[in-house]
Amino acid sequence: MSVTYLEAIREAQAKLLRDDDRVFIYGQDIAGKFGGAFKATKGLAEQFPGRVLNTPISEDAMVGTAIGAAMEGMRPIVEMQFADFSSVALNQILNNAGTQYWRTQTPCPITVRLPSGGTKGSGPFHSQSMEGIYSHYPGLVVLTPATVEDAYTMLIDAVAIDDPVIYCEHKYLYYHLKADALPTEKLPIGKARVVRPGRDLSIVTNSAMVHEALAVAQQFRAEGIELEVVDLRSVKPLDTATVLASVARTGRLLCVGEAFPWGGVTAEVIARVATEGFHLLDAAPARINAKDTPIPYHPNLWSEHRPNAKTIAAKVRQVLAE
Amino acid sequence: MLQTAERGASTSKNAPHEKYLKAFRIMFQTRIFEEKLASLYRGGLITGGVYLGKGQEAVSVACGLFLQKGDVFAPLIRDQAGRSAFGEPLVDVARTYLGSRSGPMRGRDGNIHRGCPKAGQLAMISHLGAMVSVVVGKLLAKRMKGEKGFIGLTTIGEGGMQTGATHEGMNIAAVERVPLVIVATNNHYAYSTPNDRQFACADLVDRAKGYGYEGSSVDGTDLAQCLEVISAAVKHARAGRPPQLVVASTLRLAGHGEHDDASYVTEDIKRESFAQDALQRTEQFILEHELVDREGLQQMRAELAAEVDEAVATAQQEEAPVGSEEDWCAVSTRELADEPTLAE
Ligand SMILES: Cc1ncc(C[n+]2csc(CCOP(=O)(O)OP(=O)(O)O)c2C)c(N)n1
Ligand SMILES: [Mg+2]
Repeated sequence: MSVTYLEAIREAQAKLLRDDDRVFIYGQDIAGKFGGAFKATKGLAEQFPGRVLNTPISEDAMVGTAIGAAMEGMRPIVEMQFADFSSVALNQILNNAGTQYWRTQTPCPITVRLPSGGTKGSGPFHSQSMEGIYSHYPGLVVLTPATVEDAYTMLIDAVAIDDPVIYCEHKYLYYHLKADALPTEKLPIGKARVVRPGRDLSIVTNSAMVHEALAVAQQFRAEGIELEVVDLRSVKPLDTATVLASVARTGRLLCVGEAFPWGGVTAEVIARVATEGFHLLDAAPARINAKDTPIPYHPNLWSEHRPNAKTIAAKVRQVLAE
Repeated sequence: MLQTAERGASTSKNAPHEKYLKAFRIMFQTRIFEEKLASLYRGGLITGGVYLGKGQEAVSVACGLFLQKGDVFAPLIRDQAGRSAFGEPLVDVARTYLGSRSGPMRGRDGNIHRGCPKAGQLAMISHLGAMVSVVVGKLLAKRMKGEKGFIGLTTIGEGGMQTGATHEGMNIAAVERVPLVIVATNNHYAYSTPNDRQFACADLVDRAKGYGYEGSSVDGTDLAQCLEVISAAVKHARAGRPPQLVVASTLRLAGHGEHDDASYVTEDIKRESFAQDALQRTEQFILEHELVDREGLQQMRAELAAEVDEAVATAQQEEAPVGSEEDWCAVSTRELADEPTLAE
């Protein structure tokens, strides 16, 4: 038996609904036999009557409703049909959920699931990676699981957290990633993971780019170059200690992100390493992101827009040559 | 239908509603309190804005007066009367305006952005319309938890009604069939903008039908009408009827905030019947119907003013928040605070 990343998300939600009366799922097209645009809730509405609810196409009100329910003691999970549409709910997420606890000392435990990231042919409005935007604002926890195991345990943890959590699940990983079984162990939220130990350079990345980075590391191995790959897992809080420890081992840093280049996760990691670990660096830190244009539709353009094994490898060589 | 008082003080015998005098008292105190806030503001004793509900006290008081424990109230910018009617202590208002660290917002937020969610009163965010769906969520959760007999009431202006959030919130309330009352006050200005640049429909109450609400209109300068219409809406919501939209007509009798001289308000509009002062009308009615005499009113004013002064004096004596003692942590799960947040 094997479990895909998407099935792990469904199974986590099934477990949450089973174990905790306070949990309900709120989103577009998620109920009935349909089970969501990506089937992440397939079968759950039938199994848990009244707790998997279809909403109107009202992202602002979906999140606002979840906020109210959370303040009243529930544990709502909001499914955005695509991360991109959460822009309509930005106000509720940033200004209402993100400020609630600090202003009123009332916890606001909502989990917003964002089907994120690019896939072939999805174009400008069904491909975005928005973790940087959400991390910029106070009061939110932002997670980007990159493995089947993390998809499962981090969603369960997300719902248990007393604060608003933005859970960025990568659509490209939905079907591509498989594990043998659901995990029985977990790393706590807020801890990064060294997924591949190395010696010569640290690639610090998250979400689907972890897998691009691993592919690149595999290539370099043939040349006797050992790249370390760090999966951030949680973007906010950011595990600076694990990143610094990695840079201390390798002396070189390349940050890889699928999001747009201005600001964001890669810039934040570099800023922290430069300010807190400058002495650890043998070369200037580097980063590679998507291009600063909307995300293209055509596969030929899309594969060049985002970082890929080729462009990451070229950047690695640049940093190693310094 | 106008109700007559069945019990209570003999002075309310001729009141058009059993809560008429109680409502008047709150309106009266609100006016006195807001005048005090305005003078503190002019004296430079309040940092940030001051937003008053002058002219809107009758509608607002009715919004708070029929709610009970377990209900949800999400007031907005001009709802001092409603907040007091719902039970918000005056001293907490003074504390928020004056920045006392003992207030409900502890200096973290100010003026009208205050509340006590535990007591059922949500703390508005500025973004107009955003609170509508939050009330829906509270009500949905109460239903899921098996609570009974509760309702939610939120207020909005004719300007705030034009945001997408209000539209989404009103619609989702009807879809979820939650017991919600929305009281929209058309005070004919949104900051400086008159209605013809805000909406183009004949009457905002017509929207009730489009959302699947029951709608009613009320003269916001007439306390008896406000009590009657809003209590009926509350009753209908409690009885499980569809969400209720009440549209009240008034004129904003102050600036948008105390920084604003409102010189854009036209002389013509000030002669409209909706431009009457609800408090004055109520006072007049009380005198004409001998519910309270002049002397009684004077005595009442003195009592209410003393309470206001005490609230302000208490807040003024309290300490201000101090940056070095502030817990600069926006998440409740402290171990999930991002490091730089705590490092400083
Ligand atoms: C979404 C949003 N845009 C702009 C503002 C700034 N603003 C605060 S109050 C106000 C006018 C509101 O008018 P109305 O809703 O009619 O209420 P009133 O002030 O007349 O009571 C504006 C524009 C805001 N608070 N929220
Ligand atoms: Mg207005």
